[in-house]
Amino acid sequence: MSTPHFIFDRIDEPGLNTLAVYERRGGYESLRKALQFPADAVVEEISASGIRGRGGAGFRMGQKASFLPKNDAVRYLVCNADESEPGTFKDREILQKTPHMLIEGLVIACFGTNIHQAFIYIRGEYELQAQLLQAAVDEAYAAGYLGEDILGSGFSLELTVHRGAGAYICGEETGLLDSLEGRRGNPRLKPPFPAVQGLYQGPTLINNVETLSTVPHIIRIGGAEYAKLGTETSTGTKLISISGDVQRPGNYEIELGIPARDIVYGLAGGPKPGHEIKMWFPGGSSSPVLLPEDLDVAYDFDSLQKAGTMLGSGAIIVIDETHTALDVMRKVAKFYSHESCGKCVPCREGTNWTKKMLARFATGDATPMDIDILASIQQQIMGHCLCVLGDAMAMPLGSIIKKFRAELEEEILSAREHAANAPADDAVPVLAGLAGAYPGAL
Amino acid sequence: MSALDSQAGKVYRFEHGSRVPGPHEGVELTKDPAAVPDPALTPVPDDLRAAIEARMARYPDPTSASVPALHLAQERYGWCSPEAIEQVACVMRLTPAYLTSVASFYDMFKLTPATKHTVFVCTNITCGLLGGDSVYEHLCAAAQGHSDVSVREFECLGACDIAPMASVDGEYVGPLEPGDAERIVEDLEQDRPVLEAKQLRRRPSADPYIGSGTDGASPAGDTPGAAGEGTTDAQPGGAA
Repeated sequence: MSTPHFIFDRIDEPGLNTLAVYERRGGYESLRKALQFPADAVVEEISASGIRGRGGAGFRMGQKASFLPKNDAVRYLVCNADESEPGTFKDREILQKTPHMLIEGLVIACFGTNIHQAFIYIRGEYELQAQLLQAAVDEAYAAGYLGEDILGSGFSLELTVHRGAGAYICGEETGLLDSLEGRRGNPRLKPPFPAVQGLYQGPTLINNVETLSTVPHIIRIGGAEYAKLGTETSTGTKLISISGDVQRPGNYEIELGIPARDIVYGLAGGPKPGHEIKMWFPGGSSSPVLLPEDLDVAYDFDSLQKAGTMLGSGAIIVIDETHTALDVMRKVAKFYSHESCGKCVPCREGTNWTKKMLARFATGDATPMDIDILASIQQQIMGHCLCVLGDAMAMPLGSIIKKFRAELEEEILSAREHAANAPADDAVPVLAGLAGAYPGAL
Repeated sequence: MSALDSQAGKVYRFEHGSRVPGPHEGVELTKDPAAVPDPALTPVPDDLRAAIEARMARYPDPTSASVPALHLAQERYGWCSPEAIEQVACVMRLTPAYLTSVASFYDMFKLTPATKHTVFVCTNITCGLLGGDSVYEHLCAAAQGHSDVSVREFECLGACDIAPMASVDGEYVGPLEPGDAERIVEDLEQDRPVLEAKQLRRRPSADPYIGSGTDGASPAGDTPGAAGEGTTDAQPGGAA
């Protein structure tokens, strides 16, 4: 197998997080090259590469940059390093092991779009990564890759590393902007999109860590050359985080368009011996689940969309037959209910009631009819909120309900039977459930 | 008073007069909200003030520094105490209520007195399915009686490759087994590095082709660190 490696090329080389090693490997050469071009040519090169955003939405980076208004308004670039999607840990590896690649890509992107102030919003839990990134930024400042008049080109850029403090919603681009402005991370109404009106009301380009880290490679080999990799609409390579019931969980760099089976069985070693795959999330916990028979789908943006799911952040979570569909649903619902920011009612209430209803599935207080109610709640969340956090719960749960309905019905019935046979003290009465929800109310 | 009353048509009200549960401890609803603290009456340590002001200078709008400033205060005082928030508010010229609303939004800010050590245990999808709940229960049990260690369930910490994992004072460790709980608490008590063999920072990448350059010539065979146990500082990269 000859997968081209860009970001993960010898990533475990000791000291790669330092400027000395990164430069020895040809680091910042792409920046020198880019600074020779006119700014527009840099954006053209990125557009030619066809690279799509690696954060989840899969929007073309070149197109996003072209949405920035052509005027003198003060504009910003924000790198989204608030990687919190369950199952995703690819950016962590970049931030920890090769932060200079991100900085180089960021400077090139800013040069191409005439941006002079940039921020990297890194999730608060990544303490080690934030330290290493800050150290790399300091080194880059000292070496003249950041700051005033970068490498004598006349181009200046200020870069600030901003640590979050633990909120999934701050990975949503407008929630991130609010958080970066010093507020609670509540998403904003779109439009206006951030490219028109974002940070401090100025035009703002928001890109994922992996997307920006790919930019130096695009400049080095040329956009057209990069576009030859992958498929026509999903070009290049992608970092995949694979976890769950597989033998070799971890991050892998793959060429987009290879069969998912090659990733799950080839790279990650497949399920543990004696077990079989029950379902898998192809793109983080927000993506509708697929079944083992879907493993031959090509792993790229459009093929997965055709299969009724999405590539998302490129996080595959494999679940084997030892886990029940209800367990998976409860974990998903608990997460989104906890992380809902509370701004939009369908999401705040929908995630919360989904969590509570699933708890009743397990205690024997539900009937199979509740599955339909649950499915209708998911329908009512979809598309009714400012951001897609609610949808991100509704999509996987809706797909699990559809694909594992028989199992859920069986589980509900057996829980009912168990509760009916249990001594009266063990049964959870409705009032006690209320007390749990409202401490102090009874 | 019971929930039956509300079912019979009476509206139940909590002690503070509201129909919904709220922060009932230490809230004085009759008191006016606190104004921006008066610098003359609010002593702020010089180094904290300087650090916050340096952060504020990094942003076009100084309010942007509220989350970093709260981090600084929490590092200094161990938690975002009302006094700590007042000091930050004083330097940033914001009301304590504003900063409290910000601090309460984020999971990492502690609004109650905190212990010296904090363990976040991931119980999200991957970790939860691979035994995170059991690790959490064992850690809770192990921390019983240790007043300077607190254990908390946390949502995905972004290290599903070492599931089930925990963040021990910010140090990611995994894959954990229930049996590791005692050792983690012991390491914390003795101020030793936590579970060194299982620290994420020592773990090499799983991708078997990383050593082979962009052409991907010779796969490195068995993935280093696949079993995740006993990986040491030895980095497998640079084989090309």
